[in-house]
Amino acid sequence: MKAKVYVTLKPGVLDPQGKAIQHSVELLGYEGIADVRQGKYFEIALDGSADEARARETAEALARDVLSNPIIEDFRVEVEA
Amino acid sequence: MKFGVIVFPGSNCDHDAYHVISKHVGQPVDFIWHRDTDLSDYDAVIIPGGFSYGDYLRAGALARFSPVMASVREFADRGGFVLGICNGFQILCEAGLLPGALIRNRDLHFICRHVRVRVETTETPFTTTLRAGDVLSLPVAHAEGNYVCDDETFEELAREDRIVFRYCEAGGELSEESNVNGSRDSIAGICSRARNVLGMMPHPERACEDLLGSSDGSGVFRSLTSTLAAL
Repeated sequence: MKAKVYVTLKPGVLDPQGKAIQHSVELLGYEGIADVRQGKYFEIALDGSADEARARETAEALARDVLSNPIIEDFRVEVEA
Repeated sequence: MKFGVIVFPGSNCDHDAYHVISKHVGQPVDFIWHRDTDLSDYDAVIIPGGFSYGDYLRAGALARFSPVMASVREFADRGGFVLGICNGFQILCEAGLLPGALIRNRDLHFICRHVRVRVETTETPFTTTLRAGDVLSLPVAHAEGNYVCDDETFEELAREDRIVFRYCEAGGELSEESNVNGSRDSIAGICSRARNVLGMMPHPERACEDLLGSSDGSGVFRSLTSTLAAL
């Protein structure tokens, strides 16, 4: 089983890295890019001892307590069998 | 009075802090390895600058789980003085000992130069010998020093007089340009509600000798020692 955790900056939190990427992308000639926000992605392999609900619980706790900083970031968890 | 300087893997201003306490403040000081948990010998603990755990995940995020940090929390709860400088400030925020967070500098660059900061309050153990409005020249060296917090936290900090330092011009005025990293309201340092924990991005320990360009940082250590001496 695998948990995928996406950590993104909360709306409104300045993302200078995203802005720099957007700027470069525009310099390359890509059109129609309104905004770029940079986030983080984690893949967590689970050893299969927990069912999907427990695995989700664990991954969400991990995302909340370690992988994200709730002051500036949101997270989303997906669990795959 | 005895000082401790906490050393995480990746701390690199630990020796600067040790040097200032031993040579300038003239008090006993120990390095405390991040796996140690006994802080009972110390009156003040410094969490130094650097790149604890290589800044992996977020600056300060992993140091917060080091065994010593539970002891630092207890030490602070008992009223012990904690000074977090640069990465130390980031660690204190990640650990929840101070509110808010430090994100990437507004202009993305790692900023390494002397800046001006204005003393906003003398009602902390770290600023008693300074005067409100004093302008200090202190070095900064960081990529993630942009202080952010929600409106509620900001109002609380302002109401409780917990903003200790603000980036400013040489004359003390606040401006967009002098706010080097884009911090909310030019915040360079804040203290805890009980006022015994201070986090600041500028490095007072690197500014205690005129030879290094400024000795303005010595006021922070002078204040701390005079507070401790009066206890």
